[in-house]
Amino acid sequence: MRVTFKIWRQEGPDDKGVIRAYEVDGLSEDMSFLEALDHLNELLVLKNEKVVAFEYDCREGICGQCGVFINGRAHGPHDNITTCQLHMRSFNDGDTIIVEPWRAASFPVIKDLVVDRSSLDRIIEHGAFISAKTGTAPEANAIPIPKDVSDRAMDAAACIGCGACVATCKNSSAALFTSAKINHLNTLPQGKAEEHKRVAEMTFQMEIEGFGSCTFTGACEVECPEGISIINIAEMNARVVKSKLLR
Amino acid sequence: MTLDSKIPEGKLEDKWRNYQVKSQLINPANKKKLNIIIVGSGLSGAGAASTLAELGYDVKCFCYQDSARRAHSVAAQGGINAAKNYQHDGDSVYRMFYDTLKGGDFRSREANTYRLAELSAPLIDHFVQQGVPFAREYGGTLVNRSFGGVQVQRTFYARGQTGQQLLLAAYSQLYKMVRAKKVEMFPRSEMLDLVVIDGKAKGIIVRDLVTGKLKRFAADAVVLATGGYSRVFRLSTLAIGCNGSALWKAHKKGALFGAPSFTQIHPTALPQSSEAQSKLTLMSESLRNDGRIWVPKQKGDSRKANDIPEEERDYYLERRYPSFGNLAPRDIASRAAKERIDAGFGVGRLKNAVYLDFRHAIEKFGLETIKDRYGNLFTMYKKITGIDAYKEPMQISPAAHFSMGGLWVDYELMTTIPGLYAVGECNFSDHGANRLGANSLLQASVDGYFILPNTINNYLASEIKTDHPTTDHLEFEKAEKETKAHIERILAINGTKTVDHFHRKLGKVMWQECAMSRNKSGLEKAITQIKTIRDQFWSDVKVTGHDKEMNTELEKALRLADFIELGILMCTDALEREESCGAHFREEYQTEDGEAVRVDKDYSYVSAWEYDNGDFKLHKETLEFEFVKPSVRSYK
Repeated sequence: MRVTFKIWRQEGPDDKGVIRAYEVDGLSEDMSFLEALDHLNELLVLKNEKVVAFEYDCREGICGQCGVFINGRAHGPHDNITTCQLHMRSFNDGDTIIVEPWRAASFPVIKDLVVDRSSLDRIIEHGAFISAKTGTAPEANAIPIPKDVSDRAMDAAACIGCGACVATCKNSSAALFTSAKINHLNTLPQGKAEEHKRVAEMTFQMEIEGFGSCTFTGACEVECPEGISIINIAEMNARVVKSKLLR
Repeated sequence: MTLDSKIPEGKLEDKWRNYQVKSQLINPANKKKLNIIIVGSGLSGAGAASTLAELGYDVKCFCYQDSARRAHSVAAQGGINAAKNYQHDGDSVYRMFYDTLKGGDFRSREANTYRLAELSAPLIDHFVQQGVPFAREYGGTLVNRSFGGVQVQRTFYARGQTGQQLLLAAYSQLYKMVRAKKVEMFPRSEMLDLVVIDGKAKGIIVRDLVTGKLKRFAADAVVLATGGYSRVFRLSTLAIGCNGSALWKAHKKGALFGAPSFTQIHPTALPQSSEAQSKLTLMSESLRNDGRIWVPKQKGDSRKANDIPEEERDYYLERRYPSFGNLAPRDIASRAAKERIDAGFGVGRLKNAVYLDFRHAIEKFGLETIKDRYGNLFTMYKKITGIDAYKEPMQISPAAHFSMGGLWVDYELMTTIPGLYAVGECNFSDHGANRLGANSLLQASVDGYFILPNTINNYLASEIKTDHPTTDHLEFEKAEKETKAHIERILAINGTKTVDHFHRKLGKVMWQECAMSRNKSGLEKAITQIKTIRDQFWSDVKVTGHDKEMNTELEKALRLADFIELGILMCTDALEREESCGAHFREEYQTEDGEAVRVDKDYSYVSAWEYDNGDFKLHKETLEFEFVKPSVRSYK
């Protein structure tokens, strides 16, 4: 299988950046998309060129480190998967594949396809936890949590923090990411004590980081590898005003 | 060198309490004056960092990923064990201890293993408090399932994403302490050397992976929480960035390496499909609760799985191990699969897989129940293979997974370098020669949250009186200079082969000779081959770009240089141990029906290797079994 990659190359944050084309032969349909990029990098090394910097770690869709724009879509042509789960069988022989980094003001490019997502860590830092010290826990079954409540919390908690929701959003909003974490913790009885403070502080930090506002187009939900629902955003929005009054 | 394991006195169930009663304390005002470096932000690293910070220490935490939330604990699927006995099925701390000791084929310390079981129940309380959405019954109580090597249900889980949920809880707590300004977090930072001053661990040399700059960090104690090293096989279930470099640098600076050859091959991963493959995705062991493993009875059967009638299927685990069946421990299930595949009964395009079939489970419990239990695993399987496993069986194959071996640590989790600790998968402590499923998340968490924060005081209490180390010390100077020279040497080779070329070669040798079955001549041959690969690497590798930038090829090359040396040690260790135990299966030591033969009279010890200028010197920690008599490990 032979394809042409058109890849965003950018030496560093201050470099202007440019799209470069690379023809790659000898690929197979069973290869993952990232393995095809590995293959390209080996060819580049042998041609004495610098490799394309791109991110990955677990390569099984759970760590959230990988993520690029492929032919104009976050994580490639399919709904609800990560870049590492995409395989070359999704493309045709002879295709041209355009690969770009996540585009958002809050995710500055570090190099080539690598962006800085530490803004998401800082949202977590502002209240995405239960303030209890190690060693102070009561017996686990002391507070029964009905299955549907626990399941709802788990649906929201599944977020892998890849940033596809932000990258695909026309406003670069982090509303899906932030609301998923809020709802994970606020749904559970353990998280209730700090619920208003959590909503107020995390949404405030989201604005400080320069993420845009949500206009509820639902684009994020389509690309989210965990299929996290925009209902979470609605719930968060409904709680913001209340949280400012009650925090 | 005599290895003092520092096991406390008293009855098995009193040892940990006896230790805590006698260990030294540090008052809160003094804790503030002490700095601790933690390398790694997974369950053990983040757990230790947040808990030590809560206690008042100043903590610096490093990880190579872009965020602490990516650490590979995130990928554990099936669950975490705890002796809660919620299912009222006869579980207890003692039974869990015994299962773990037996699962490890009696090659771990009784006292450590007991403590692991003892601290498991409070750990579940802890994670529930932190907001982990464990699976629940309709009435609201916690649910359990079974894992391999046990006959009770003691595994807690959050769908097939238990590791992710526990890690995110630990990451949340870590950032709680970042906000409290008690933890400083350094992502995209890789430790490249350990700094030892007057025999004590006092700091590290780190490469900033964005700028390439080398940085020095000093502390009163250094904790390694760097995970497993099974990427030495190249193809493994591990994340691509997982590496053994921090361990290896510590080893070269004097830390003994315990049981390096004890690596677990997981029976249920996706099979390799091509040379270019970078990763073997794990399919959780929990699937064996309901899935049945089989191969066709007829060699080279080319029919589709669903066309092969029931009577022509060989459910070989149920046949060979009737009392544990599909839930036989991992080492046994992997070897049994290898035996069938090698004998020509393998399935799939490359005949390198076996079937994991849910047809009976779906008939019995209904599609919805199976979806609820394993939905995300089936989805993942479909995303990768394109196959709907609700309709036809999964194809699975053994893959390199967990390293039981690691830096040798005593009961306090301290290595043989004073002030250097190893927690989680990177130490050799609780699992012996084979780890039971769902004990990995447990060990990482218990080490980080409960054990280290209790034992580190015992060392630090004496460090308050000594001068705090500073980074202008001569040893820092020396370590940084050596690291710089090492990097420059790699970049200067400018050969003709890529880093991955050498990693593939190393992986092939390791997989062939030092994985599921090993023998004397194969291991001897492997050592020679790896030495050749090492020489070729150092004369012919090509890394483009330079060291003052983000350079992923350079990162890979630095890691591989250490993997190559570690590979030699693993084969040396496997060669020395002339017995079969757990995951270490020496072909010379087996019964007529292919079961492992342990040689307790000669090998009831932990091998602990000292680095000796390119060579390795063996030390032994004899294992004393005071409370349990080692028996022949049978799952028949």
